[in-house]
Parts: sequence; C-alpha cells; structure tokens
Amino acid sequence: MAARAAKDIPDGAYVNLGIGMPELVAQHIPPGREVIFHTENGLLGMGPPPTGTAMDPELINAGKQPVTALAGASYFHHGDSFTMIRGGHLDICVLGALEVAANGDLANWSTGAPDAIPAVGGAMDLVSGVKNVYVMTSHCTRDGAPKLVDRCSYPITGRGAVNRIYTDLAVIDIGPDGFELLELTPGVSFEDVAARTAAAVHDARPTQETGPVWEAHD
Amino acid sequence: MIDKRVAGPVQAVAGITDGSTVMIGGFGEAGSPIELIHALIDQGARGLTVVNNNTGTGQVGLAALIRAGRVDKMICSYPRSANSRAFPDLYRAGHIELELVPQGTLAERIRAGGAGIPAFYTPTAAGTDLEDGKEQRDFDGTNCLLEHALSADFALIKARRADWHGNLVYNKTARNFSPLMAAASAITIVQAAVVDRPGSIDPETVITPGIFVNRVVGVPDPAHESQLVAEGAVYP
Repeated sequence: MAARAAKDIPDGAYVNLGIGMPELVAQHIPPGREVIFHTENGLLGMGPPPTGTAMDPELINAGKQPVTALAGASYFHHGDSFTMIRGGHLDICVLGALEVAANGDLANWSTGAPDAIPAVGGAMDLVSGVKNVYVMTSHCTRDGAPKLVDRCSYPITGRGAVNRIYTDLAVIDIGPDGFELLELTPGVSFEDVAARTAAAVHDARPTQETGPVWEAHD
Repeated sequence: MIDKRVAGPVQAVAGITDGSTVMIGGFGEAGSPIELIHALIDQGARGLTVVNNNTGTGQVGLAALIRAGRVDKMICSYPRSANSRAFPDLYRAGHIELELVPQGTLAERIRAGGAGIPAFYTPTAAGTDLEDGKEQRDFDGTNCLLEHALSADFALIKARRADWHGNLVYNKTARNFSPLMAAASAITIVQAAVVDRPGSIDPETVITPGIFVNRVVGVPDPAHESQLVAEGAVYP
C-alpha cells in the first residue's frame, strides 16, 4: 500500500504523512524524485529517524518520535505550519482512516466510544486545507467489516474530503458517483472489491486506449 | 534600561494567581518549559485554565501540574498520551474540563489573540462534531465556523537563547506554539538555556522579538521530559 501510494507522489511535491501506517510512504518514494515531507509540529524537510547518538528530543515529528532534518530543511512555528496546511500550500497528505464514505467523508479521529478521551490533533486542518487528501487503509477491519461505506458511522473528520484511497485490495478514487476503482492489487478481482465494500463501486479502470489515469491531482 | 532577567524560576512565576489562564509552550516534550512548570507547582496557584497542545507525559511537567489538581480546564488538540494517567483519570472522574480544538485552529486562535483580532472564520471542523455551538457562514460555497481568539494572563515558554530584552531563539521543533503564545499573553515568562546581553543575538535570527516577553530566567541545563519519564521521576 505504501509503495503504491508513493508511486503517485510526483517529484517536487510537498507532502504530509499521517501518524502510523502512512509514515511508511516516505521509505518508498521512487528513485530520482525529490519529495519534501512536512510535519505539522514545525519542520519541512523531515528525514528518517536519527541513528547513533545524534538524537535531540526537541527534533521530533507529529507522532512525537525523533526524526532528522535534511539539507534544505526549515523550522517554523505553528502559525506558519498551519498556514501551509490550511492555506492550501501542501500538495498531498496521506492519512489513515476508520471509515471513508462514497461521498468522500472521512472518519479518522474518534470512535465515539463514551469512555474515550477525545483527541483530534491536526486531522481536521489537514483534510480541510491540503489540495489532495489520500487515505491509506486496510480495505476491511480486523473483523472483516468494510471500511469503505455508503455513509460514515463514526464521527466525521471532514466532509467530502478524500480524493483517493489505497487499500490492500485496490486503488479507488472518489468521483461524482462515489467509489471509482482505478486499479486492482494483483490476484484480486473487481468482484472481491465490490463484495468487501459497503457501497457501490464503479469500474473506472483505464482501457488500453486511455492509458493510466492515476496521475496525482493538481 | 531594559533588563527582563529575574533571579530564578521562583521569581519568574511570582504573581500567577488562582484562576489564571496560562499558555504553556511545547508540543510533546519539545519546547516544554519543565523548570517553570515545576516552579508553578511549588508556587501553588490553582483553578488554572491551561492552553497546550497536549496534557503531558509521565508524572513530571504538565502532567504533574494536572495530577496535582491545579488545572480546572485544558484547552488543547490532543489530550491523549501513551504514558500518562494524569489527564484521563481526572477527565473521566469529571474533575477537569476539556475544550478540544483542532491543532491549526488552536494555533490560529492564539495568533489572533496576540494580533488583536477578536475572531475569524475557518472551514476546519465544519460539518463535524466540533462545530457545535459555533456561528457558521458560507464563503463562496464553503461552510466556515467562527472561531474566537485566545489570550492568556501568563505564558510559560522555553527558549534556547534569550537576551536581556527578551529577544528569543528556539531549538528545532521546540518552537511550535511559543512565538504565538508569547504575543497572546499579558505576562510572558521565558526560561532560556543561554541568557546574554543585548546584541548577542543577530537581529536577523530573532524569532520572538522582546516586546512580547516580560521575564527571562536562565535555566542552563534544562531537563528532558522523556528522560525524566524513563527514569520514573515524579514531581514534586
């Protein structure tokens, strides 16, 4: 999933990766592309975790893990960091999901459980401000329940926010008619995807004539 | 002559009264002014409203202030933490109030507070549970929420360098909310690892200009929160 998502990130893109699984995307950027990673706590040009003794507990990512700053990096305060996010300056963010709905609604910040401590972080800012919102998620929960649904049952992070979804089964765009299947994981059939999705899936795979359609949005 | 230096953390937090609103810089441990927070615990003010992105870790710093029962209300974006029971226990018991604010909205509300802007509209959180009770307005087809400025009586901030005028330089991602909070607070209190004479910081590299700072205290070797937590430290 991370490698497939990374394939769609063009050279020169400014990208924010959500905490957890989306962080893996950074390891899969195809050679020859320079991609600049933003972390909302105040760093552009984020590099991999430090090795050896170089760790500074005040150089961390949004998940509060130690990172490095690459050549050409910059530090800034939260006003500037969220100007980048909310002002539409970031090209892509890749986020995790509890549910994505056919109308592009995303639920990824709260299960709504009565005893849970509500915590939102920057998720609502990212989905309202970043040009392309990509979701990376398993197609179903551990119990086999579809995460791609007609309407979200969990509390919403943003309405109509999602552009594209990368799952273990497929790459799916959100189009005017809902879920549009662009690509299948090898060995997976359209019927497999349709059966594991709790909403209509439209087959939008490119024909030989039209060629690939999965260029990054702009 | 302008000299904002004070003798130590005790003098730095003097005058913080019960019921004050206190902005505390830091994102996680990066930029957390632990020595000032510990001085505030010793000082004894209670009934505080605290503005911070998080609610602290372990039993030191912000988590210790909360655990000591000094905070009536937290205004923050992400009160969950893997290794602290301080906030969750008090929250579930109904002993601490939470105002949950998206991180960018939190930053912008603080910036507005410092800039004399009473409120602003933003699409962030429109259509979500966090829109409840907020005035809404449509701008070119985008529904937006009216968010009010945040200001405070005091700010506690950690810097890498300060001069006697209060000009500040931060360390890496420890900058986070601090420049915004310094402007949004009536009395901004800074701990800095290095405190030197005016002119010691190149004006081109000043991040927070001294006009936003009221008190500066030298803390040459500040503790790292993760190290204290790993050692099992408990404050006080």
